[in-house]
Amino acid sequence: MSGGTALGIAACGGYVPRLRLARRAIVEANAWFNPGLKSHAAGARAICNWDEDAMTMAVEAARDCLASDGVPEIDTLLLASTTLPFLERHNAGVVRAALALPEHMMTLDVTASQRAATSALITALQARRGRPGGALVVAAEQRRARTASAQELSYGDAAAALVIAETTTPIAEFIGAHQVAVDFVDHYRGQHAPFDYQWEERWIRDEGYLKIVPRTLRGLAAATGLAAAQIGRLVIPVGRSAAQAIAKAIGAPPQSVCDDLSQGVGDSGAAHPLVMLAHALEHAVAGEIIVAVGWGQGCDAIAFRATGAAAHRRVGGGIGQSIARGVADANYMRYLAFNRLVEQEQGMRAEADRQTALSAFYRHRDMVTALVGGRCVRCGTPQFPPSSVCVNPECQARGEQEPFRFADAPAHVQSWTADNLTYCPDPPQYFGMIVFEGGGRMMVDFTDVDRETIATGAPVRMVFRVKERDSRRGFVKYFWKAVPGRARAEEDRGDGH
Amino acid sequence: MATGIRDKVVVLGMGCSRFGERWDQDAEDLMLEAFDECLADAGIETARIDAAWFATAMDEVNVGKSAMPLAMALRLPLIPVTRVENLCASGTEAFRGAVYAVASGAADIALALGVEKLKDTGYGGLPQRARGVTNSLFIPNLSAPGCFAQLATAYAARHRVAPADLKRAMAQISVKSHDNALENPRAHLRRKIDIEAVLRAPIVAEPLGLYDCCGVSDGAAAAIVTTPELARSLGRTDLVSVKALQIAVSNGQEAGHNSWDGSYILTTRRAAARAYAEAGLRDPAAELSMLECHDCFSITELVTLEDLGLSPGGRAWHDALEGRYNADGALPCQIDGGLKCFGHPIGASGLRMLYEMYSQLLGRAGKRQLASPRLGLTHNLGGFPYQNISSVCVVGLLA
Repeated sequence: MSGGTALGIAACGGYVPRLRLARRAIVEANAWFNPGLKSHAAGARAICNWDEDAMTMAVEAARDCLASDGVPEIDTLLLASTTLPFLERHNAGVVRAALALPEHMMTLDVTASQRAATSALITALQARRGRPGGALVVAAEQRRARTASAQELSYGDAAAALVIAETTTPIAEFIGAHQVAVDFVDHYRGQHAPFDYQWEERWIRDEGYLKIVPRTLRGLAAATGLAAAQIGRLVIPVGRSAAQAIAKAIGAPPQSVCDDLSQGVGDSGAAHPLVMLAHALEHAVAGEIIVAVGWGQGCDAIAFRATGAAAHRRVGGGIGQSIARGVADANYMRYLAFNRLVEQEQGMRAEADRQTALSAFYRHRDMVTALVGGRCVRCGTPQFPPSSVCVNPECQARGEQEPFRFADAPAHVQSWTADNLTYCPDPPQYFGMIVFEGGGRMMVDFTDVDRETIATGAPVRMVFRVKERDSRRGFVKYFWKAVPGRARAEEDRGDGH
Repeated sequence: MATGIRDKVVVLGMGCSRFGERWDQDAEDLMLEAFDECLADAGIETARIDAAWFATAMDEVNVGKSAMPLAMALRLPLIPVTRVENLCASGTEAFRGAVYAVASGAADIALALGVEKLKDTGYGGLPQRARGVTNSLFIPNLSAPGCFAQLATAYAARHRVAPADLKRAMAQISVKSHDNALENPRAHLRRKIDIEAVLRAPIVAEPLGLYDCCGVSDGAAAAIVTTPELARSLGRTDLVSVKALQIAVSNGQEAGHNSWDGSYILTTRRAAARAYAEAGLRDPAAELSMLECHDCFSITELVTLEDLGLSPGGRAWHDALEGRYNADGALPCQIDGGLKCFGHPIGASGLRMLYEMYSQLLGRAGKRQLASPRLGLTHNLGGFPYQNISSVCVVGLLA
């Protein structure tokens, strides 16, 4: 600590997609083939909407995190995931652009291991000591699994984000970290393989979790001088019973083992240590020691001391609110279609060519990726898309627009429809005109629509989503959509009486 | 100051193919079907045509780009031919080109022909169309019914019409057009329906159901225009002249500025005001004998009747239910069945509307004939309520 500041976590946030697929639906469809699945039918797992992926979840988790008070200027962005949509095209660069963070910064994709996020976090902490500003560490995972596999039941989709900084008011102070690299191949995914390949669970538990994790935690204790008995919250994303066995092995209090969120979210892979850590931070009290573990061909362990600042600092919803807003889903077939796990007849309208002109995209990258329109300097009218001539018929000033970002601007529905004709992976396609309260409007796609609440006057929030997938060329086109919320009572159903 | 087009140009002949699912016909066959009738009506040889305008909207499934498909299909004698495209207003654009050419004195006789062959896509509804490389980066995943459905919700919100009342009025609009098409042997959809059937139909885009949407058809229509003097010299006595011909095109205001509430078509109001001034109409609701408006969807017809000033704001749905726009009403609308039932081969539609007005004015409309009409209006709307092209044309007997 120097000058009243401490290195640590300045802000945290998370994102869990809205749909929660009941495991029972998966089991009922597949138990004829694998009756062993029946013992895993409890709870639900988070699944992406058709227009979500690791990139879009990373953006939402980061927005949630950056909405907190006390976030310093971000100069580094580390994106951790093993399910990034592009093997080549800098994924972290897309997240940076969507967040409208400055161009002059370090961005890095960290991948190829389930401990990518904890390794990114340690890297960010070590690099930040003695430096102003902050690093944004984001982890997101959309996990794919074969139908009728145990992983289909246990996996979940989620994201989390942390800001690392030296600040006077951290949520948690960094104590120390320890890393162990072991080529223990419990599962792997080769370059062209769509799914993980797993080895036997009992071997993974006995030779992997119960030997390598305690070894790492003992190394952490040696490096920091912390005793296991001091641990207040232990984040170990390896399943509840193995985590308890590890706690016992090192002498940590059994009640310190954090909820692994397996009942309502599922195991979100590389993102999961950060998802669990963000969840733990939201509940931590001042002085509590939090140890987070990342597992994958070795092990990472990081120790923090909570300051209690998290509870009264939140502006974003946090991982807790994201978990709470889940919507129950029992449609297994739709999950398979969303994840392209079945060959579905989508009709001729789905055959339209979706090529992206990359040169046009580059010219309009701020508009498309960051939802930046224009604001006329002369008359003050915000407008989308930005243009050379002001859209206000009373103004029409030429060449006098400054960039204006609509992503966080409050807006409401002016008109909407549910369209059954146009091709949509999840029909009907909801779209309509939204009006920004400070001026400006746009015709947009809606997503995550609750049929009962969409109405004229309903408030909307803008989210970064997949617009289209160009399956012929493997490109993913992103843009912003509007999520309708419940209308305020006085505006409800303004379209009739 | 411009004097306008009023009474400077007359229609010498018109033709219109049968509309429908013309599986056994190419676009070239449809063009000839309309042109042969048009030429016979005009009583001239092809060689007398000085210039031609050709309307097609959908490059993707039709005859491709340029004016050559028309010149080739008709074997025109190497004259100037221009292809025009302005979405669903394309047919009226072709007519405007021909009319202006004659009015300017650049041509004595000009041809306008529109054709669309929509039924070679392999699926129902309008073909998917390209939106441009930049637009496709951000415009929503929309369809025409989805956009016009929002005209219905915004109209209901603006005028405080209960959704069920509006739905019933829209149904009556479709029922009326089906009734009218029963008397039209060239119409695509010739089947009587009732309001209950409309209300029961599957939803295409809320609140629009299947019977709120017009037919998607193959077809062609054509007009030959000239000066009143030349028409008389060719022995014509009853002359139908162009009284007004106006087009208004969105500049992005509705889509981008919060001054538009989504419940009306801004361009139609502008085009109508200019057209009434050009035609010298002071009270169009009383002076017009009939009209063909762009009823791509039932709600479009309803809102257009207000935008044209023929029903007071918020009243068109009452007027529709009370039969004002029926064949035996005060102001018959879509007497030929409209886009709804005659069909909507996009490039031909504006000319098809004029064909009906022309036939009615000359007393040739058979079982559909109205009692001594003197003035008719046609209206097209290309695009979507939030950005579009509106055309308003007034034709009438030349005094």
